[in-house]
Amino acid sequence: MSLIEEMNQRALELGVPLGVHLDVTYRCNERCVHCYLDHEDHGELTTSEIKDVLNQLADAGTFFLTLSGGEVLMRRDFFEILEHARKLQFNVRIKTNGVMIHEAEAQRMRALGVEQVQISVYSHRPAVHDAITKLPGSLKRSVDAIRFIKSQGLKVTIANVLMTANTGDHAGVQALARELGATYTLDPTITPKMDGDTSILNLRIPGAELESVFHNEALVGNVEEFCAPPPTPGDDVLDGYPCSAGHTAAYITPYGDVFPCVQFPLPSGNVRRQRFLDIWRNSPELNEVRSIHAKDLPVCSTCSHVGTCTRCPGLAYMEGSMRGPSTADCEKSFRRTGIPSANMLRKAGAHARVPLVQIQSLTL
Amino acid sequence: MSDRYIARSTEIAARILGGEMMIMSAVDSTFFTLNEVATAVWQAADGRTPLSEIVVRAVCDQFEVDPEVARADVDAFVDELSRHGILLVSDRPFDNASSGPGEAA
Repeated sequence: MSLIEEMNQRALELGVPLGVHLDVTYRCNERCVHCYLDHEDHGELTTSEIKDVLNQLADAGTFFLTLSGGEVLMRRDFFEILEHARKLQFNVRIKTNGVMIHEAEAQRMRALGVEQVQISVYSHRPAVHDAITKLPGSLKRSVDAIRFIKSQGLKVTIANVLMTANTGDHAGVQALARELGATYTLDPTITPKMDGDTSILNLRIPGAELESVFHNEALVGNVEEFCAPPPTPGDDVLDGYPCSAGHTAAYITPYGDVFPCVQFPLPSGNVRRQRFLDIWRNSPELNEVRSIHAKDLPVCSTCSHVGTCTRCPGLAYMEGSMRGPSTADCEKSFRRTGIPSANMLRKAGAHARVPLVQIQSLTL
Repeated sequence: MSDRYIARSTEIAARILGGEMMIMSAVDSTFFTLNEVATAVWQAADGRTPLSEIVVRAVCDQFEVDPEVARADVDAFVDELSRHGILLVSDRPFDNASSGPGEAA
């Protein structure tokens, strides 16, 4: 177990929100086709409210702080917020599209001791990237930002969300990341909009393409290991928790709402009405999330993938039940290993016109 | 050996978790956890108090440790953290000493 994993385990035992993701705004200068946010300002937390929340998070023991949006630099007070966060000695990671970052902003991030900056790049081809962001010239500006930040010696991660509009461009983005000295991550997850609208899910790459991604050594490393059939789950797996959401991680919206995770929009309280720690410790919603072990998941606990699946309880919640399956993750487990999930078998069974297992006599 | 002064770098992230200090360098992402004694030294590293005084007040008085043993252990600890730029070391007091770390949880 690494030192960080040990800290996570200790935070879990102590009930400490070790990592918090704070979206400082939903406003954005890009209009990405797959974005799940409403970009109107519905009454963002003020500068002093955010500083107060940060003070509360420091008191609660939060160490890892992700500042994201929307586009963080749409807030004129962003560097004031960042400076306050660093005074409180958070480990700060920033997620941005980078288009407003020039040399001065990169220098300021370096001076304030930002740990890492993540910038979204959808394609190495301007026409493809800019068509996704709907901001002409955005690829060039994002790449320029990466160069500015790297020149300051800061770590940059390129996040490459994969969807129908950029299928096949991951190799180009990966090469671009190498050229820029940035870490590359690929994410084939498209999530429903915060308001439950699922129309953007049709941008998800088709299963066959997902299968090809999962069997690409350049993307996953050891394919044999990555795509290995799941081992039989033991009691430790069934007694375990699905993920860190609500256990050691929390999410705060620009309006002060507290959710278990950015991808798990379960309203659990609001920092405008309650202290963060009161919400964290006493919210019935968060306590319900914490009460769910893998063995309590009606379908997933019977699934051979239960120990290795990337099942997102937030996506499951948006599908109707935080105890239910997340079909996007069922698909990933299936495309990775070739073994259908319990949920897929159940659905196939419900609609099957023929038996799932067919035994045919051999005709000689 | 002349005395030394130690100050906490501002290029770190730090937080107390269950009585132990977690520290991560923003420069090279090195991650440390300090035990109770090391945390006491870290918290006393204000850039103005001589290290010999820190050893006595923060270690010997609090943890009933032999002064010579304590000094040797603290010197090794200071050298290790200074190599990663997490503690700043000088033979003179610092002009702008670091402020207190996030002492939470």
